[in-house]
Amino acid sequence: MSVVGTRVVRMEDHKLITSGGDYVDDLREPLLTGAAHVMFVRSPLAHAKIAAIDPAAARELPGVLGVFIAEDLPEASRGDSPTSEPWLAGDTVRYVGEPVALVVTEQRYQLADAAELIDIDYDPLPAVIGYETALTSETQLFEGTEHNIAGVNGEPGAQTGAFDDCEVVVTETIENQRVAPAPLEVRGASCAWGPDGRLTMWLSTQNAQMARGALAMRLGVDEELIRVIAPDVGGGFGAKIGADPEATVLAWAAREVGRPVRWIETRSENLTSMTHGRGQRQTVTIGGSKDGRVSAYRLEVVQDTGAYPRMAASMLPSLTGLMATGVYKIPAVEYASRSVFTNTTPIAAYRGAGRPEATAAVERAMDLFALRIGMDPADVRRINFIKPSEFPYTTPSGATYDTGEYAEALDRVLAAADYPALRAEQARRRAEGDVVALGIGVSSYVEITGGDSSGESGKVVMHADGSVTAYTGSSPHGQGLASTLAMMLADQFGVPMEKITVRHGDTDEIPKAVGTFGSRSLQLGGSAIKQAADKVIEQAREIAADLLEANPDDLELDVTSGQWQVRGAPSAAGATWSQVVERAEDTELAADLWFSEGNPTFPFGAQVAVVDVDTETGKVVLRRIIALDDAGPIMNPLTFAGQRHGGLAQGSAQAMLEVMDYDEDGNPTTATLADYSFITATELPDFELLDMATPTDRNPLGVKGIGEAATIGSTPAVHSAVVDALTHLGVRHLDMPTTPIRVWNAINAAKEVH
Amino acid sequence: MRVGIEVNGKQTDEEIEDRTLLVHYLRDVLGLTATNVGCDTTSCGACTVLLDGEAVKSCTVLAAQADGHAVTTLEGLADPDGSELHPMQRAFREQHGLQCGFCTPGMIMASVSLLRDNPKPSRDEVRHGLEGNLCRCTGYHNIVNAVMDASGQEVQA
Amino acid sequence: MIPAQLSYVRARSVEETLDLLAEHGDDAKVLAGGHSLLPLMKFRFAAPEVLVDIGPLGELSYVEESGDEIAIGALTRYRDLHTNEILRAHAPLLAEVAGAIGDPQVRNRGTIGGSLAHADPAADLPAATLASDAVFVVRSLEGERAIPAEEFFLGPFTTPIEPDELVVEIRVPKQTGLGWAFEKFSRRAIDWAIVGVTAVGSSIALINMGGSPVRARVAEEALASGASPAEAGALAAEDTSPANEPHASTEYRKHLARVLTTRALTKIAGEQPVGLR
Repeated sequence: MSVVGTRVVRMEDHKLITSGGDYVDDLREPLLTGAAHVMFVRSPLAHAKIAAIDPAAARELPGVLGVFIAEDLPEASRGDSPTSEPWLAGDTVRYVGEPVALVVTEQRYQLADAAELIDIDYDPLPAVIGYETALTSETQLFEGTEHNIAGVNGEPGAQTGAFDDCEVVVTETIENQRVAPAPLEVRGASCAWGPDGRLTMWLSTQNAQMARGALAMRLGVDEELIRVIAPDVGGGFGAKIGADPEATVLAWAAREVGRPVRWIETRSENLTSMTHGRGQRQTVTIGGSKDGRVSAYRLEVVQDTGAYPRMAASMLPSLTGLMATGVYKIPAVEYASRSVFTNTTPIAAYRGAGRPEATAAVERAMDLFALRIGMDPADVRRINFIKPSEFPYTTPSGATYDTGEYAEALDRVLAAADYPALRAEQARRRAEGDVVALGIGVSSYVEITGGDSSGESGKVVMHADGSVTAYTGSSPHGQGLASTLAMMLADQFGVPMEKITVRHGDTDEIPKAVGTFGSRSLQLGGSAIKQAADKVIEQAREIAADLLEANPDDLELDVTSGQWQVRGAPSAAGATWSQVVERAEDTELAADLWFSEGNPTFPFGAQVAVVDVDTETGKVVLRRIIALDDAGPIMNPLTFAGQRHGGLAQGSAQAMLEVMDYDEDGNPTTATLADYSFITATELPDFELLDMATPTDRNPLGVKGIGEAATIGSTPAVHSAVVDALTHLGVRHLDMPTTPIRVWNAINAAKEVH
Repeated sequence: MRVGIEVNGKQTDEEIEDRTLLVHYLRDVLGLTATNVGCDTTSCGACTVLLDGEAVKSCTVLAAQADGHAVTTLEGLADPDGSELHPMQRAFREQHGLQCGFCTPGMIMASVSLLRDNPKPSRDEVRHGLEGNLCRCTGYHNIVNAVMDASGQEVQA
Repeated sequence: MIPAQLSYVRARSVEETLDLLAEHGDDAKVLAGGHSLLPLMKFRFAAPEVLVDIGPLGELSYVEESGDEIAIGALTRYRDLHTNEILRAHAPLLAEVAGAIGDPQVRNRGTIGGSLAHADPAADLPAATLASDAVFVVRSLEGERAIPAEEFFLGPFTTPIEPDELVVEIRVPKQTGLGWAFEKFSRRAIDWAIVGVTAVGSSIALINMGGSPVRARVAEEALASGASPAEAGALAAEDTSPANEPHASTEYRKHLARVLTTRALTKIAGEQPVGLR
């Protein structure tokens, strides 16, 4: 019987629920014996010249092994382009939280004592905060830029006349606000240079191999001389891709003080110094006919890059452009983006990375269009969906969607929500003048997973005792991929899951890999493991044929018993895996390969959110969220649902609560978890999930990624529900997060107009 | 200063700096690293342990304040020989109430404390009872299920 | 986030505490549950040289009837206030408010005396004691004095307590049978109130409508003259000057004070208020 597709509790869990995970700050590795502690001293100002910096007093404190500033670092630390991000700020700081110095001490408790003693004089510069300021300010973050432009996609401002023939054209400016990824485990690393001259670094990362590459390049050290290990990682959500500059400084400092070192940031540091996500100002224009047909769509984006170009200068807004039209067949599309530097924390990937922004924009546009023509938002969507018969479908922006059942997905969530009853309830409350308004939000979405198409490594070893070790290039950090891969292998080999070990995240064991981001792991990493297992089976077939004195083509692997048998002769003696492997040359059978033929896939879905809004106070309560997220065949319904639950929470959080905010001087106002409205259990309802599984033909498993899908669908659903609750009061739009004061302000503004 | 704290049923006796936080006493002095630090504002609950049987955030308690008292961490929840899981541990695994596992030790300890105060909570009471514990992975749905399961009640798909 | 270096002293009695406070003066801070002080110390916003831990003083943890009053020991924890039967019967507002502070872990540690002495304008208990006409008993080696709540909250984090003084008891007139209501408005359940209203009988005190908790005197007077809950509630923000912040403007806070007071008074009048529960 197949394990894949059944509810299987995770093999990762036993350790996590008994002794806890081995996160980077928990490690007591022999190589780290006697490790010193590191803390970064960070800029308290958004934009300033460093006039003077005096580490002398700190250096004299007992227990201090070193205090280092930019001038102590190698030349390479300053980068090679005018906009390069230095390892430590040299003459200018460009955001609150930018590292300026580091202290190395014997004891953890000496760090803050030493850091306090570093005397730094700053000469403040005007801070560039906000999209408009970036574009119009005389202040440039970097010499040689104009309008603080970090990158451009398309032709901003260009118009093709696509809207000329439209009966109805609606436009709106929407802010997709900056949020903090906030994994529960902050960033941290430990490292030691061995007597052999090799660096070993334990890093809380989603991509050990990518981190190794970055460290090698920055430190000018051969990759062979670096081993990066991702231990248990307490969440990443895109913000732990690769290695941040701090990791490089740490490796350098370990060599400088001649000791292993360990670094773990504080949460307050994390909220200002780990990259943020989103941060787009979007101007949408949508045009069509009064019967609901949309014929033209324009999306102009200003992407907040933050102070240095990580992923927001180009990659994130290009993904937004690629997915601009979502699930709709819109003939004319215009997309352009400008990325701008601001004196804020750099922006990079956060669960969805450019795609949630695209979906939020087009879904908001659809709602605005529906509102204008007086049609139900669900009906407008149905009219404009790409139809199942039209796949593969290439969008005007160049994405080729694999498969989709958009109308069915929407119909099913509407039925599960009892949409007509909700609309009736809404009408009743409105008629009665209920202070608590009911809002119903609908979203349809499609996203791209495994979009980088760079493949993944997979190695499978069958041992002589019949146990299996799999080495995946993916780097799970909570997703439960190890269990999923073990389930697959159990099915393929006919071996119980208990005999299967899945290894990941160590560059010595797995030298070549990409890692985990963009919901790529199962479709690429999983396909690699499947193909490697297939190869092992083919090798085994030859040996088993030899053992059983039969033609290889006449053999079959009985996956119930885990035995090789001659087809049609089930009662005859078979060969066990142990027997087969013992006969193999190295007393193991192994296949190590790179799965490169995986093309991007396009998961999709539909969601309905139901909110109550107190129209006197502005308070929003999310009552229901009904989600259908289709990512193809479901390997383990338990972890599949888990990915969706987390996504629904984070997506809803962006709609209702979370924003990483700055005042006009560039001081972050949400820099602790007491101030940042991280969503809690009390702000969320039980989730209502519907399953649908439309396979793709783009990988041998037929699967699409599920890591980000629910996040992408839920933000517009919940956002739309809040606006929908207020349309009878004349509100047509308010920005996220839909905080009480914003709701109240929107109601008041609408009253003034009407 | 010297403190004597019973941790997971064993008496510990250590010389520490007066300012030592209980969480660092557990992690750095005793090497009990299940208890995690997730914030610096008493917000996240990752460091939750039981102090004389009640849930506290060990990042906001001095080790000195626990002197003469008893602390239970995740490591002390199962049978000493580790053969028998606590019902809450079993329920978290069975209901997929954890993903990355970082909030889990604190979440499980807070949940144990919750059921001690309220053995048959409603789902809403579970949500409020865990309002001091943040999780970024699970969306809380399966954590609520785990607590319902551990209290012998129905779970929700 | 680690506190600065300090000397920890555990007090064995109130008398010893007073001796220690007299000896160390400004250099010392009293540590009760630690849930206001330790977070400040971790950010080094506070760096006392001496920390006098009064946590173990069981003699300061009690709720007792005392004639027409309820006497509450300063070290009584939020958790114990919330579940105390005497308080539930005679000062239910305080019991209810204590159950809404922070989260369960915080309520297992935080104490009433600690919260009052900290005098955070966003805290719930100060307003509740103000609405309850509570009196705070403060002791030093010089002796004891009783400070009415009305004279206690001087501004943000400012009280008349001298460095050598300790809050030992809170005395609350019995509110047996009086109507009461607590309306706390926050974004998340665990957040501090953006605005809150504590009301008992015809007394109304507001949370976060200025630098300290404030009585809504104009609304109280209107109520005394026979105004309806809505009429009195509409006057709740008179004479207040709440902070202006991005997530809560002055104008918005005043609006909330009016809405929430109306709801609180409606409840006290025995009717079901509108709005989200």
